[in-house]
Amino acid sequence: MLAFIIRRLLQAIVVMLTVALIAFTLFRFVGDPVNMMVGIETTAEERAQLRQDLGLNDPIVIQFARFVGNSARLNFGNSYQFKTPVIDLIADRFPATMELAFASALLSLLVGIPMGVYTALHRRSWLSNIFLAASLIGISLPTFLIGILLIFLFPVTLGILPSFGRGEVVRIGFWTTGLLTASGLKALVLPAITLGLFQMTLIMRLVRGEMLEVLRTDYIKFARARGLTDRAVNFGHALKNTLVPVMTIAGLQLGSIIAFALITESVFQWPGMGLLFLKAVQNVDIPIMSAYLLLVAFIFVTINLIVDLLYAVVDPRIRIDARPA
Amino acid sequence: MTPVLSVRNLKVEFPTRRGVLTAIDDVSFDIAPGEVLGVVGESGAGKSITGTAVIGLIEPPGRIAGGEVLLRGQRIDNLPPEQMRKIRGKRIGMVFQDPLTSLNPLYRIGYQLVETIRTHSSLSESAARKKALSLLEEVGIPAPDTRIDAYPHQFSGGMRQRVVLALALAAEPELVIADEPTTALDVSVQAQIIALLKRLCAQHGAAVMLITHDMGVIAETADRVAVMYAGRIAEIGPVREVIKAPLHPYTKGLMGSIPSLAHDSDRLVQIPGSMPRLTAIPSGCPFHPRCPRAFVPCPTFRPELQPEQSSQVACWLYHPFPVTAAAL
Ligand SMILES: Nc1ncnc2c1ncn2[C@@H]1O[C@H](COP(=O)(O)OP(=O)(O)OP(=O)(O)O)[C@@H](O)[C@H]1O
Ligand SMILES: [Mg+2]
Repeated sequence: MLAFIIRRLLQAIVVMLTVALIAFTLFRFVGDPVNMMVGIETTAEERAQLRQDLGLNDPIVIQFARFVGNSARLNFGNSYQFKTPVIDLIADRFPATMELAFASALLSLLVGIPMGVYTALHRRSWLSNIFLAASLIGISLPTFLIGILLIFLFPVTLGILPSFGRGEVVRIGFWTTGLLTASGLKALVLPAITLGLFQMTLIMRLVRGEMLEVLRTDYIKFARARGLTDRAVNFGHALKNTLVPVMTIAGLQLGSIIAFALITESVFQWPGMGLLFLKAVQNVDIPIMSAYLLLVAFIFVTINLIVDLLYAVVDPRIRIDARPA
Repeated sequence: MTPVLSVRNLKVEFPTRRGVLTAIDDVSFDIAPGEVLGVVGESGAGKSITGTAVIGLIEPPGRIAGGEVLLRGQRIDNLPPEQMRKIRGKRIGMVFQDPLTSLNPLYRIGYQLVETIRTHSSLSESAARKKALSLLEEVGIPAPDTRIDAYPHQFSGGMRQRVVLALALAAEPELVIADEPTTALDVSVQAQIIALLKRLCAQHGAAVMLITHDMGVIAETADRVAVMYAGRIAEIGPVREVIKAPLHPYTKGLMGSIPSLAHDSDRLVQIPGSMPRLTAIPSGCPFHPRCPRAFVPCPTFRPELQPEQSSQVACWLYHPFPVTAAAL
């Protein structure tokens, strides 16, 4: 098990270094960092001095090593637009994105899994057909369109639920949360649905397909032949085996929820990292862009690692320390 | 004595896009208490479907379209699902072909045993575990008190099939349906498992329906044997008679094609042709296009299973020719 964890950790480090290389390339070679930082009235001597101070004259390998070291200590430099440390800007927006992402993920699991199980167990029922037809819409409509439709339906037509912003937030240490106020919760509803809808339909179809597959296996046939109740067969045996692969995908989806949050954030003006990133792109604010890139990659890799470990916990065949036969 | 199992004129159909397929047609047989009935026949003959129909697990849209299944004289083919479920495992046990895939990989075998035992009895968790241990001991799992907490993948194929047998016998069924229980195993362990199956069923007083391709296994294990062809029984009788003196031309061909059983091993007989698809079952006797001894009535009239010597056979060679019908 330890060897397994170490191997996974090493893989994670390789992935992070690769992403760091991309972020570094972006920082170093898209435009000239010095020109980005200074005004027009800065003299050539001052520029040369800044170049020297930033270490831009050092060999490229050393620059990259310094970049990695700084990034690991969460030192991403100053934003070109705001002239304040990037990490402060991100830390400020981070809770908003995470709350939105987790609300969406939770929604997609809590609704997607039961719907998938239902449609697998009652393949021919009319409700299943409705679910499947609805899921086609969820999969084919682009996120921003869903967001706009929801805004049109609820805040505009029905006059309920806010159409933008995060509502009132409460500060707990470094974290700001919208989950503790009524307006914060209300503001979360539409963005969470918008962001979660695609994942929800994906999870529903995944659970359905996986469950149908599992229901055809010999061990389910044998479980029925042993006279186990439908409940034991469907929810004890079939569902558990279904959720093992679903868990992997759902975990990885959390990563892409965080990444895709930027579209939803821009539709609902949600003050998260995605919105920050979009503005950074518009203003070629490279430090923010590369920090965001690194952060999202880090989240992806961490989730991946956790999913792998969970997988080993749930599925005994993967455990390395299995007692010998 | 009432047979443990009576199957009467059983018919199983599968509605498909290209029409209704009849997989089993007019199959009748009995299994006496403690008896081992072997079921043989080429692939696709309907052996597994027969077993699956008896235990009530035909997958919809497939269905039992006619006939009856009686367990100790009581009809079970038309029971409500919940009552049929209580019979499965409790009164009829079933073992499938592949022990590698018959056990749920995510649960310890002890859990799967206890779960089965407690479904069919009111035993407490600890009493069920004790029973599970004694079952594992009985099927020959070494060190059952540690192995009971192992996962299926930690057992070899042969050991897994022993666990499967323990599961099938957990609630002391009167009948065990074993569908090719050794086909997926190493040749070296096949004989052990068959011997174990036979011994266990004898000890527990369970009758056995043993589906297999292996005539050697049938010869050693079965009391009677049913030969199936294209969803029907061609011949059924005491194992000695059927092997030594087969009546139906198909049985003769089948026995002749097995090296260990052929009396003159220089001349292995191969039955020409292959079994018809379900979509194109010939009229009359389904075997007639391949039969070396087919004659006038065979293509037109379907032979019924009729007593002949100590067996029953469905073949016009042994029954009075239907004169009136033939004259038409
Ligand atoms: N779900 C199904 N739908 C349609 N036809 C089916 C279905 N299941 C089985 N059949 C058909 O029923 C016939 C009998 O199948 P069965 O599995 O009983 O054969 P078998 O005698 O057990 O063969 P084998 O020795 O290969 O196991 C086959 O022709 C098969 O194609
Ligand atoms: Mg079969």
